[in-house]
Amino acid sequence: MAVVRSLDPVAIRADFEIFERDFKGRRLAYLDSAATSLKPRVVAQAMSKYLNQYSANVHRGIYEIGEEATAAYEGSRSRIASFLGAKDAHEIVMVRNATEAINLVAYAWGRKNIKRADTIVLTEMEHHSNLIPWQMLAQEKDADLEFVPFDDDGRLLQDSYEVLLRTSPKLVAFTAVSNGIGTINPTKEMIRKAHDAGALVLIDAAQAVPHGPVNVQDLDCDFLVFSGHKTLGPPGSGALWARREILEEMPPFMGGGEMIREVKLRHSTFNEVPYKFEAGTPDVSAAIGLAAALDYLDNVGMEHVRAHEKDLVDYALAILPERVPTIRIHGPHTSDARAGIITFNLAEAHPHDVATLLDREAIAIRAGHHCTMPLHQRLGEESSARASFYIYTDRDDIDRLADALNKVERLFAPRPAASQQASD
Amino acid sequence: MDDLYRDEILEHYRNPHNFGVLESPTTSNEGANPLCGDRITLMLGINDDGTIQEVAFTGRGCAISQASASMLTDEIKGKSLDEISHMGSKDVLNNLGIEISPARMKCAMLSLETLRDATSDRVTWQAPDES
Repeated sequence: MAVVRSLDPVAIRADFEIFERDFKGRRLAYLDSAATSLKPRVVAQAMSKYLNQYSANVHRGIYEIGEEATAAYEGSRSRIASFLGAKDAHEIVMVRNATEAINLVAYAWGRKNIKRADTIVLTEMEHHSNLIPWQMLAQEKDADLEFVPFDDDGRLLQDSYEVLLRTSPKLVAFTAVSNGIGTINPTKEMIRKAHDAGALVLIDAAQAVPHGPVNVQDLDCDFLVFSGHKTLGPPGSGALWARREILEEMPPFMGGGEMIREVKLRHSTFNEVPYKFEAGTPDVSAAIGLAAALDYLDNVGMEHVRAHEKDLVDYALAILPERVPTIRIHGPHTSDARAGIITFNLAEAHPHDVATLLDREAIAIRAGHHCTMPLHQRLGEESSARASFYIYTDRDDIDRLADALNKVERLFAPRPAASQQASD
Repeated sequence: MDDLYRDEILEHYRNPHNFGVLESPTTSNEGANPLCGDRITLMLGINDDGTIQEVAFTGRGCAISQASASMLTDEIKGKSLDEISHMGSKDVLNNLGIEISPARMKCAMLSLETLRDATSDRVTWQAPDES
Protein backbone atom coordinates (compact mmCIF):
# COMPACT_ATOMS: atom_id res chain seq x y z
CA MET A 1 0.00 0.00 0.00
CA ALA A 2 1.43 3.28 -1.08
CA VAL A 3 1.54 5.86 1.65
CA VAL A 4 1.37 9.35 0.24
CA ARG A 5 3.39 11.42 2.64
CA SER A 6 3.57 15.14 2.22
CA LEU A 7 6.12 17.54 3.48
CA ASP A 8 5.42 19.41 6.72
CA PRO A 9 7.52 22.59 6.85
CA VAL A 10 6.59 23.28 10.47
CA ALA A 11 7.87 19.87 11.58
CA ILE A 12 10.96 20.34 9.41
CA ARG A 13 11.74 23.71 11.04
CA ALA A 14 12.15 21.90 14.38
CA ASP A 15 15.26 20.27 12.90
CA PHE A 16 16.87 23.67 12.21
CA GLU A 17 18.28 25.44 15.22
CA ILE A 18 18.19 28.81 13.48
CA PHE A 19 14.41 28.88 13.85
CA GLU A 20 14.84 28.95 17.63
CA ARG A 21 16.60 32.30 17.34
CA ASP A 22 14.65 35.45 17.97
CA PHE A 23 14.77 37.98 15.13
CA LYS A 24 13.21 41.27 16.20
CA GLY A 25 10.61 39.28 18.11
CA ARG A 26 9.83 37.07 15.15
CA ARG A 27 10.79 33.80 13.55
CA LEU A 28 13.14 34.30 10.63
CA ALA A 29 11.41 34.15 7.26
CA TYR A 30 14.39 32.94 5.27
CA LEU A 31 13.65 33.49 1.59
CA ASP A 32 17.18 33.28 0.21
CA SER A 33 17.71 29.55 -0.17
CA ALA A 34 18.78 29.99 -3.79
CA ALA A 35 21.87 31.76 -2.40
CA THR A 36 22.49 29.17 0.28
CA SER A 37 20.24 26.88 2.26
CA LEU A 38 19.91 26.70 6.01
CA LYS A 39 21.33 23.55 7.60
CA PRO A 40 19.58 21.00 9.80
CA ARG A 41 21.27 20.10 13.11
CA VAL A 42 22.35 16.68 11.83
CA VAL A 43 24.80 18.32 9.43
CA ALA A 44 26.81 20.12 12.11
CA GLN A 45 26.53 17.06 14.36
CA ALA A 46 28.12 14.80 11.74
CA MET A 47 30.87 17.33 11.10
CA SER A 48 31.46 17.88 14.79
CA LYS A 49 31.77 14.14 15.35
CA TYR A 50 34.48 13.89 12.70
CA LEU A 51 36.33 16.96 13.97
CA ASN A 52 36.14 15.87 17.62
CA GLN A 53 36.43 12.10 17.44
CA TYR A 54 38.30 10.90 14.35
CA SER A 55 39.83 13.91 12.63
CA ALA A 56 42.58 12.02 10.82
CA ASN A 57 43.61 12.63 7.24
CA VAL A 58 42.11 10.42 4.55
CA HIS A 59 43.80 7.75 2.39
CA ARG A 60 46.96 7.90 4.57
CA GLY A 61 46.73 6.84 8.19
CA ILE A 62 47.33 3.16 8.88
CA TYR A 63 45.58 3.37 12.20
CA GLU A 64 42.04 3.21 13.50
CA ILE A 65 40.89 6.81 13.16
CA GLY A 66 42.64 7.18 9.80
CA GLU A 67 40.63 4.27 8.50
CA GLU A 68 37.45 5.69 10.04
CA ALA A 69 38.07 9.03 8.35
CA THR A 70 38.73 7.39 4.97
CA ALA A 71 35.61 5.25 5.30
CA ALA A 72 33.48 8.30 6.16
CA TYR A 73 34.93 10.38 3.33
CA GLU A 74 34.51 7.62 0.74
CA GLY A 75 31.08 6.92 2.21
CA SER A 76 30.19 10.53 1.39
CA ARG A 77 31.33 9.99 -2.19
CA SER A 78 29.10 6.92 -2.46
CA ARG A 79 26.25 8.85 -0.85
CA ILE A 80 26.55 11.62 -3.45
CA ALA A 81 26.74 9.02 -6.24
CA SER A 82 23.56 7.30 -5.13
CA PHE A 83 21.78 10.64 -4.64
CA LEU A 84 22.54 11.53 -8.27
CA GLY A 85 21.82 8.04 -9.60
CA ALA A 86 25.41 7.57 -10.77
CA LYS A 87 26.54 4.06 -11.76
CA ASP A 88 29.86 4.33 -10.03
CA ALA A 89 31.14 6.32 -7.03
CA HIS A 90 34.40 6.86 -8.94
CA GLU A 91 32.50 9.19 -11.24
CA ILE A 92 32.17 11.66 -8.34
CA VAL A 93 34.91 14.26 -7.94
CA MET A 94 34.67 16.08 -4.62
CA VAL A 95 35.00 19.84 -4.99
CA ARG A 96 34.25 22.94 -2.93
CA ASN A 97 31.20 24.00 -4.94
CA ALA A 98 29.63 24.08 -8.41
CA THR A 99 31.92 26.94 -9.43
CA GLU A 100 35.01 24.85 -8.75
CA ALA A 101 33.48 21.91 -10.60
CA ILE A 102 32.86 23.98 -13.75
CA ASN A 103 36.34 25.48 -13.57
CA LEU A 104 37.74 21.97 -13.25
CA VAL A 105 35.96 20.89 -16.44
CA ALA A 106 36.91 24.07 -18.31
CA TYR A 107 40.53 23.69 -17.28
CA ALA A 108 41.11 19.95 -17.53
CA TRP A 109 38.67 18.87 -20.24
CA GLY A 110 38.39 22.22 -22.01
CA ARG A 111 42.09 22.95 -22.47
CA LYS A 112 42.62 19.55 -23.99
CA ASN A 113 39.54 19.39 -26.19
CA ILE A 114 38.59 22.93 -27.19
CA LYS A 115 40.57 24.24 -30.13
CA ARG A 116 40.64 27.38 -32.22
CA ALA A 117 37.25 28.25 -33.79
CA ASP A 118 35.45 25.53 -31.82
CA THR A 119 32.05 26.54 -30.52
CA ILE A 120 30.69 26.27 -26.97
CA VAL A 121 26.95 26.88 -26.60
CA LEU A 122 25.70 28.52 -23.40
CA THR A 123 22.50 30.41 -22.60
CA GLU A 124 21.69 34.01 -21.71
CA MET A 125 20.47 32.93 -18.28
CA GLU A 126 23.68 31.38 -16.96
CA HIS A 127 25.06 32.14 -13.52
CA HIS A 128 28.46 33.82 -13.86
CA SER A 129 30.01 30.55 -12.68
CA ASN A 130 28.84 28.87 -15.90
CA LEU A 131 29.94 31.79 -18.05
CA ILE A 132 33.29 33.20 -16.89
CA PRO A 133 35.23 29.87 -17.00
CA TRP A 134 34.12 29.46 -20.63
CA GLN A 135 34.98 33.07 -21.46
CA MET A 136 38.47 32.45 -20.08
CA LEU A 137 38.81 29.22 -22.05
CA ALA A 138 37.47 30.78 -25.26
CA GLN A 139 39.91 33.68 -24.95
CA GLU A 140 42.82 31.34 -24.42
CA LYS A 141 41.88 29.05 -27.31
CA ASP A 142 40.34 31.64 -29.64
CA ALA A 143 37.12 29.62 -29.52
CA ASP A 144 33.57 30.92 -29.99
CA LEU A 145 30.80 31.26 -27.44
CA GLU A 146 27.18 31.25 -28.58
CA PHE A 147 24.15 31.93 -26.40
CA VAL A 148 20.61 30.57 -26.45
CA PRO A 149 18.26 33.51 -25.83
CA PHE A 150 15.10 33.34 -23.71
CA ASP A 151 11.64 34.79 -24.33
CA ASP A 152 9.60 37.25 -22.27
CA ASP A 153 8.28 34.40 -20.14
CA GLY A 154 11.86 33.40 -19.28
CA ARG A 155 11.93 30.25 -21.42
CA LEU A 156 14.85 29.30 -23.63
CA LEU A 157 14.04 29.61 -27.33
CA GLN A 158 14.30 26.07 -28.62
CA ASP A 159 14.29 27.19 -32.27
CA SER A 160 17.36 29.32 -31.66
CA TYR A 161 18.97 26.46 -29.76
CA GLU A 162 18.49 24.12 -32.71
CA VAL A 163 19.98 26.67 -35.08
CA LEU A 164 23.05 27.01 -32.83
CA LEU A 165 23.43 23.23 -32.68
CA ARG A 166 23.85 23.20 -36.46
CA THR A 167 27.25 24.85 -35.92
CA SER A 168 28.40 21.50 -34.43
CA PRO A 169 29.47 22.80 -31.01
CA LYS A 170 31.95 20.77 -29.00
CA LEU A 171 30.15 21.48 -25.75
CA VAL A 172 26.75 22.68 -24.58
CA ALA A 173 26.71 23.97 -20.99
CA PHE A 174 23.54 25.27 -19.37
CA THR A 175 21.67 25.48 -16.14
CA ALA A 176 18.88 23.03 -15.36
CA VAL A 177 17.12 25.72 -13.30
CA SER A 178 17.77 29.45 -13.56
CA ASN A 179 18.95 30.95 -10.28
CA GLY A 180 17.99 34.33 -11.69
CA ILE A 181 14.34 33.83 -12.68
CA GLY A 182 13.53 30.26 -11.63
CA THR A 183 12.95 28.77 -15.09
CA ILE A 184 13.02 24.97 -15.13
CA ASN A 185 14.62 24.24 -18.48
CA PRO A 186 13.62 21.21 -20.61
CA THR A 187 16.96 19.71 -19.67
CA LYS A 188 16.54 16.14 -20.86
CA GLU A 189 15.25 17.18 -24.26
CA MET A 190 18.04 19.73 -24.68
CA ILE A 191 20.66 17.11 -23.78
CA ARG A 192 19.26 14.74 -26.39
CA LYS A 193 19.36 17.44 -29.07
CA ALA A 194 22.95 18.34 -28.15
CA HIS A 195 24.04 14.71 -28.36
CA ASP A 196 22.33 14.39 -31.75
CA ALA A 197 24.51 17.32 -32.82
CA GLY A 198 27.63 15.59 -31.51
CA ALA A 199 28.24 17.85 -28.50
CA LEU A 200 29.01 16.90 -24.94
CA VAL A 201 26.73 18.44 -22.31
CA LEU A 202 27.49 19.98 -18.93
CA ILE A 203 24.52 20.61 -16.64
CA ASP A 204 24.75 23.25 -13.93
CA ALA A 205 22.45 21.59 -11.39
CA ALA A 206 23.18 23.96 -8.49
CA GLN A 207 19.49 24.95 -8.33
CA ALA A 208 18.16 21.53 -9.40
CA VAL A 209 19.80 18.95 -7.14
CA PRO A 210 18.56 20.60 -3.91
CA HIS A 211 14.97 20.96 -5.10
CA GLY A 212 13.85 17.80 -6.88
CA PRO A 213 14.83 14.37 -8.14
CA VAL A 214 17.92 14.44 -10.39
CA ASN A 215 19.27 11.30 -12.02
CA VAL A 216 22.36 11.56 -14.21
CA GLN A 217 21.66 8.31 -16.01
CA ASP A 218 18.12 9.35 -16.83
CA LEU A 219 19.26 12.80 -17.96
CA ASP A 220 22.05 11.18 -19.99
CA CYS A 221 24.31 14.23 -19.66
CA ASP A 222 28.12 14.10 -19.66
CA PHE A 223 28.99 16.42 -16.77
CA LEU A 224 26.80 17.59 -13.89
CA VAL A 225 27.76 19.90 -11.05
CA PHE A 226 26.14 21.03 -7.81
CA SER A 227 26.97 22.77 -4.53
CA GLY A 228 26.50 21.20 -1.12
CA HIS A 229 25.80 24.50 0.61
CA LYS A 230 22.56 24.98 -1.34
CA THR A 231 21.56 21.39 -0.53
CA LEU A 232 21.33 21.68 3.29
CA GLY A 233 25.05 20.88 3.44
CA PRO A 234 28.00 22.97 4.58
CA PRO A 235 29.96 25.49 2.49
CA GLY A 236 33.02 23.82 0.97
CA SER A 237 31.15 20.74 -0.20
CA GLY A 238 30.03 19.90 -3.70
CA ALA A 239 30.60 17.54 -6.55
CA LEU A 240 31.38 17.11 -10.18
CA TRP A 241 29.83 14.05 -11.75
CA ALA A 242 31.15 12.99 -15.15
CA ARG A 243 31.08 9.84 -17.21
CA ARG A 244 33.98 7.65 -16.18
CA GLU A 245 35.37 7.34 -19.70
CA ILE A 246 35.50 11.13 -19.98
CA LEU A 247 37.21 11.48 -16.60
CA GLU A 248 39.74 8.84 -17.59
CA GLU A 249 40.77 10.87 -20.63
CA MET A 250 41.00 14.19 -18.78
CA PRO A 251 44.39 15.47 -17.60
CA PRO A 252 44.61 16.47 -13.92
CA PHE A 253 43.32 19.78 -12.56
CA MET A 254 45.57 20.85 -9.68
CA GLY A 255 48.88 19.21 -8.87
CA GLY A 256 49.99 18.06 -5.42
CA GLY A 257 49.59 15.27 -2.95
CA GLU A 258 46.89 12.61 -3.30
CA MET A 259 46.55 13.06 -7.07
CA ILE A 260 49.79 11.20 -7.90
CA ARG A 261 50.81 7.60 -8.38
CA GLU A 262 54.57 7.90 -8.63
CA VAL A 263 56.63 11.06 -8.36
CA LYS A 264 60.16 11.58 -9.67
CA LEU A 265 61.97 14.88 -9.59
CA ARG A 266 61.22 15.73 -13.21
CA HIS A 267 58.03 13.84 -13.99
CA SER A 268 55.22 11.97 -12.32
CA THR A 269 52.36 9.63 -13.06
CA PHE A 270 48.90 10.31 -11.78
CA ASN A 271 46.45 8.57 -9.54
CA GLU A 272 43.32 6.91 -10.86
CA VAL A 273 39.94 8.58 -11.32
CA PRO A 274 38.64 10.49 -9.38
CA TYR A 275 41.67 10.98 -7.11
CA LYS A 276 43.78 12.55 -9.83
CA PHE A 277 41.41 15.54 -9.62
CA GLU A 278 41.60 15.84 -5.83
CA ALA A 279 45.01 17.28 -5.00
CA GLY A 280 45.72 18.03 -1.37
CA THR A 281 43.84 17.18 1.80
CA PRO A 282 40.15 17.57 0.98
CA ASP A 283 37.51 19.25 3.12
CA VAL A 284 36.69 16.00 4.88
CA SER A 285 34.27 17.49 7.39
CA ALA A 286 32.32 19.28 4.65
CA ALA A 287 32.00 16.03 2.67
CA ILE A 288 30.73 14.26 5.79
CA GLY A 289 28.29 17.09 6.47
CA LEU A 290 26.97 16.89 2.92
CA ALA A 291 26.35 13.16 3.25
CA ALA A 292 24.27 13.86 6.37
CA ALA A 293 22.33 16.52 4.44
CA LEU A 294 21.61 14.12 1.58
CA ASP A 295 20.40 11.49 4.07
CA TYR A 296 18.07 14.11 5.52
CA LEU A 297 16.74 15.07 2.08
CA ASP A 298 16.23 11.46 1.04
CA ASN A 299 14.23 10.95 4.19
CA VAL A 300 12.02 13.91 3.28
CA GLY A 301 11.77 12.62 -0.30
CA MET A 302 12.90 14.69 -3.25
CA GLU A 303 9.57 14.34 -5.04
CA HIS A 304 7.91 15.85 -1.96
CA VAL A 305 10.41 18.72 -1.99
CA ARG A 306 9.47 19.56 -5.57
CA ALA A 307 5.73 19.22 -4.93
CA HIS A 308 5.97 21.45 -1.86
CA GLU A 309 7.87 24.18 -3.69
CA LYS A 310 5.54 23.98 -6.68
CA ASP A 311 2.63 24.59 -4.32
CA LEU A 312 4.42 27.61 -2.83
CA VAL A 313 5.09 28.99 -6.32
CA ASP A 314 1.40 28.66 -7.20
CA TYR A 315 0.50 30.48 -3.99
CA ALA A 316 3.06 33.25 -4.51
CA LEU A 317 2.12 33.79 -8.17
CA ALA A 318 -1.52 34.07 -7.09
CA ILE A 319 -1.27 36.38 -4.08
CA LEU A 320 1.68 38.65 -4.82
CA PRO A 321 0.13 40.53 -7.79
CA GLU A 322 -3.11 40.77 -5.80
CA ARG A 323 -1.55 42.23 -2.66
CA VAL A 324 1.34 44.08 -4.27
CA PRO A 325 -0.18 45.82 -7.30
CA THR A 326 3.03 47.37 -8.65
CA ILE A 327 5.03 44.12 -8.61
CA ARG A 328 6.63 42.90 -11.84
CA ILE A 329 7.48 39.22 -11.58
CA HIS A 330 10.14 37.97 -13.98
CA GLY A 331 10.28 34.46 -15.38
CA PRO A 332 7.69 31.78 -16.14
CA HIS A 333 4.17 32.49 -14.93
CA THR A 334 3.22 28.87 -14.42
CA SER A 335 4.58 26.66 -11.66
CA ASP A 336 5.24 23.67 -13.92
CA ALA A 337 8.14 25.58 -15.49
CA ARG A 338 9.21 27.42 -12.38
CA ALA A 339 11.26 26.37 -9.37
CA GLY A 340 10.80 27.98 -5.95
CA ILE A 341 12.29 31.28 -7.03
CA ILE A 342 10.27 34.50 -7.39
CA THR A 343 12.29 37.35 -8.87
CA PHE A 344 10.64 40.74 -9.03
CA ASN A 345 10.83 44.51 -9.12
CA LEU A 346 8.47 47.03 -7.56
CA ALA A 347 7.53 50.08 -9.62
CA GLU A 348 8.89 52.70 -7.21
CA ALA A 349 11.20 51.03 -4.70
CA HIS A 350 14.70 49.88 -5.59
CA PRO A 351 15.50 46.22 -4.75
CA HIS A 352 18.11 47.25 -2.17
CA ASP A 353 15.62 49.41 -0.35
CA VAL A 354 13.10 46.58 -0.50
CA ALA A 355 15.60 44.14 1.03
CA THR A 356 16.63 46.59 3.76
CA LEU A 357 13.02 47.28 4.73
CA LEU A 358 12.07 43.59 4.69
CA ASP A 359 15.02 42.83 6.92
CA ARG A 360 13.35 45.05 9.54
CA GLU A 361 10.57 42.46 9.62
CA ALA A 362 12.94 39.50 9.81
CA ILE A 363 12.36 38.59 6.17
CA ALA A 364 15.57 37.74 4.30
CA ILE A 365 15.50 38.16 0.52
CA ARG A 366 18.21 38.72 -2.06
CA ALA A 367 18.64 42.01 -3.90
CA GLY A 368 21.08 42.64 -6.73
CA HIS A 369 21.89 40.84 -9.94
CA HIS A 370 22.22 37.38 -8.34
CA CYS A 371 25.44 36.70 -10.30
CA THR A 372 23.47 36.94 -13.55
CA MET A 373 24.31 40.33 -15.07
CA PRO A 374 23.65 39.31 -18.70
CA LEU A 375 20.26 37.93 -17.68
CA HIS A 376 19.42 41.26 -16.06
CA GLN A 377 20.51 43.12 -19.19
CA ARG A 378 18.02 40.97 -21.09
CA LEU A 379 15.33 41.78 -18.50
CA GLY A 380 16.16 45.47 -18.80
CA GLU A 381 16.74 45.78 -15.05
CA GLU A 382 19.89 46.90 -13.24
CA SER A 383 18.95 44.65 -10.38
CA SER A 384 16.02 42.77 -8.93
CA ALA A 385 14.71 41.34 -5.68
CA ARG A 386 14.45 37.59 -5.27
CA ALA A 387 12.54 35.41 -2.82
CA SER A 388 13.45 31.73 -2.93
CA PHE A 389 11.95 28.77 -1.11
CA TYR A 390 12.93 25.47 0.41
CA ILE A 391 11.56 22.73 2.63
CA TYR A 392 11.25 25.00 5.68
CA THR A 393 9.30 27.66 3.75
CA ASP A 394 5.52 27.78 4.10
CA ARG A 395 2.58 29.91 3.04
CA ASP A 396 2.95 31.95 6.20
CA ASP A 397 6.38 33.14 4.96
CA ILE A 398 4.83 34.18 1.65
CA ASP A 399 2.01 35.99 3.46
CA ARG A 400 4.59 37.89 5.47
CA LEU A 401 6.46 38.70 2.25
CA ALA A 402 3.29 39.97 0.58
CA ASP A 403 2.30 42.12 3.59
CA ALA A 404 5.77 43.61 3.89
CA LEU A 405 6.00 44.34 0.15
CA ASN A 406 2.62 46.01 0.36
CA LYS A 407 3.97 48.29 3.10
CA VAL A 408 7.10 49.10 1.09
CA GLU A 409 4.97 49.86 -1.91
CA ARG A 410 2.85 52.32 0.08
CA LEU A 411 5.92 53.91 1.65
CA PHE A 412 7.44 54.57 -1.75
CA ALA A 413 4.22 55.46 -3.56
CA PRO A 414 4.38 58.74 -5.47
CA ARG A 415 3.00 61.68 -3.52
CA PRO A 416 0.60 63.13 -2.71
CA ALA A 417 -2.02 60.39 -3.08
CA ALA A 418 -0.51 57.84 -0.72
CA SER A 419 1.53 60.07 1.58
CA GLN A 420 -0.95 59.82 4.44
CA GLN A 421 -0.95 56.03 4.41
CA ALA A 422 2.80 55.86 4.36
CA SER A 423 3.16 56.88 7.98
CA ASP A 424 0.65 54.48 9.50
CA MET B 1 9.66 49.43 8.93
CA ASP B 2 8.35 52.94 8.33
CA ASP B 3 10.72 54.60 10.79
CA LEU B 4 13.83 53.47 8.91
CA TYR B 5 13.53 55.66 5.86
CA ARG B 6 12.74 59.11 7.16
CA ASP B 7 10.32 61.21 5.14
CA GLU B 8 13.18 63.52 4.28
CA ILE B 9 15.09 60.69 2.58
CA LEU B 10 12.06 59.60 0.62
CA GLU B 11 11.43 63.21 -0.38
CA HIS B 12 15.00 63.60 -1.66
CA TYR B 13 14.61 60.28 -3.50
CA ARG B 14 11.35 61.28 -5.16
CA ASN B 15 12.44 64.84 -5.95
CA PRO B 16 16.22 64.98 -5.84
CA HIS B 17 17.80 68.42 -5.52
CA ASN B 18 20.33 69.56 -8.12
CA PHE B 19 19.23 66.76 -10.44
CA GLY B 20 20.22 67.49 -14.03
CA VAL B 21 23.25 68.41 -16.09
CA LEU B 22 25.60 71.39 -16.29
CA GLU B 23 26.28 72.60 -19.81
CA SER B 24 29.96 73.23 -19.31
CA PRO B 25 31.11 71.75 -16.01
CA THR B 26 34.63 72.35 -14.74
CA THR B 27 34.76 68.70 -13.85
CA SER B 28 32.47 65.73 -14.24
CA ASN B 29 32.78 62.23 -12.91
CA GLU B 30 30.78 59.02 -12.99
CA GLY B 31 30.64 56.67 -10.04
CA ALA B 32 29.01 53.25 -9.81
CA ASN B 33 28.58 50.36 -7.45
CA PRO B 34 29.03 47.38 -9.77
CA LEU B 35 27.49 45.02 -7.23
CA CYS B 36 24.15 46.79 -6.99
CA GLY B 37 23.97 48.92 -10.11
CA ASP B 38 23.73 52.29 -8.33
CA ARG B 39 25.29 54.99 -10.46
CA ILE B 40 25.62 58.75 -10.44
CA THR B 41 27.29 61.33 -12.64
CA LEU B 42 28.41 64.40 -10.70
CA MET B 43 29.13 67.71 -12.42
CA LEU B 44 30.79 70.69 -10.75
CA GLY B 45 31.21 74.29 -11.86
CA ILE B 46 34.19 75.63 -9.92
CA ASN B 47 35.14 79.35 -9.81
CA ASP B 48 38.65 80.66 -10.25
CA ASP B 49 38.76 81.25 -6.49
CA GLY B 50 37.99 77.58 -5.86
CA THR B 51 34.32 77.95 -4.92
CA ILE B 52 31.81 75.38 -6.09
CA GLN B 53 29.37 77.69 -7.80
CA GLU B 54 27.28 75.11 -9.58
CA VAL B 55 26.60 71.45 -8.95
CA ALA B 56 24.36 68.91 -10.63
CA PHE B 57 24.01 65.16 -10.77
CA THR B 58 22.16 62.49 -12.67
CA GLY B 59 21.85 58.90 -11.63
CA ARG B 60 19.74 55.93 -10.75
CA GLY B 61 19.70 53.50 -7.92
CA CYS B 62 18.36 52.97 -4.44
CA ALA B 63 16.89 55.63 -2.18
CA ILE B 64 20.00 55.69 0.00
CA SER B 65 22.39 56.40 -2.88
CA GLN B 66 20.19 58.95 -4.60
CA ALA B 67 19.06 60.79 -1.44
CA SER B 68 22.67 60.86 -0.29
CA ALA B 69 23.70 62.48 -3.60
CA SER B 70 20.87 64.98 -3.38
CA MET B 71 21.85 65.97 0.17
CA LEU B 72 25.56 66.09 -0.58
CA THR B 73 25.10 68.36 -3.60
CA ASP B 74 23.01 70.71 -1.44
CA GLU B 75 25.75 70.76 1.14
CA ILE B 76 28.71 71.50 -1.15
CA LYS B 77 27.05 74.18 -3.24
CA GLY B 78 28.71 77.55 -2.55
CA LYS B 79 31.50 76.00 -0.48
CA SER B 80 35.18 76.32 -1.25
CA LEU B 81 37.27 73.33 -2.20
CA ASP B 82 39.18 73.89 1.01
CA GLU B 83 35.99 73.63 3.04
CA ILE B 84 34.81 70.43 1.40
CA SER B 85 38.21 68.84 1.81
CA HIS B 86 37.30 68.27 5.47
CA MET B 87 34.13 66.35 4.64
CA GLY B 88 34.01 62.65 5.30
CA SER B 89 31.64 59.76 5.66
CA LYS B 90 30.43 61.09 9.02
CA ASP B 91 28.93 64.11 7.26
CA VAL B 92 27.12 61.88 4.78
CA LEU B 93 25.73 59.71 7.59
CA ASN B 94 24.71 62.83 9.52
CA ASN B 95 22.80 64.09 6.50
CA LEU B 96 20.99 60.80 6.08
CA GLY B 97 20.28 60.60 9.80
CA ILE B 98 19.39 56.91 9.73
CA GLU B 99 21.14 53.72 10.61
CA ILE B 100 23.09 52.40 7.61
CA SER B 101 24.01 48.74 7.77
CA PRO B 102 27.48 47.68 6.58
CA ALA B 103 25.94 46.08 3.48
CA ARG B 104 24.42 49.43 2.47
CA MET B 105 27.43 51.63 3.25
CA LYS B 106 28.60 51.61 -0.38
CA CYS B 107 25.21 52.98 -1.45
CA ALA B 108 25.44 55.81 1.09
CA MET B 109 29.03 56.71 0.17
CA LEU B 110 28.72 56.58 -3.62
CA SER B 111 28.21 60.33 -4.02
CA LEU B 112 31.07 61.23 -1.65
CA GLU B 113 33.41 58.81 -3.45
CA THR B 114 32.39 60.29 -6.78
CA LEU B 115 33.00 63.82 -5.44
CA ARG B 116 36.44 62.77 -4.25
CA ASP B 117 37.29 61.25 -7.63
CA ALA B 118 35.97 64.31 -9.47
CA THR B 119 38.15 66.68 -7.45
CA SER B 120 41.17 64.52 -6.74
CA ASP B 121 43.46 66.78 -8.80
CA ARG B 122 42.26 69.91 -6.98
CA VAL B 123 41.62 68.81 -3.41
CA THR B 124 43.75 67.08 -0.83
CA TRP B 125 41.06 65.32 1.14
CA GLN B 126 41.54 65.71 4.88
CA ALA B 127 39.04 63.42 6.53
CA PRO B 128 40.04 59.81 7.04
CA ASP B 129 38.12 57.57 4.69
CA GLU B 130 36.07 55.49 7.05
CA SER B 131 33.70 54.21 4.40
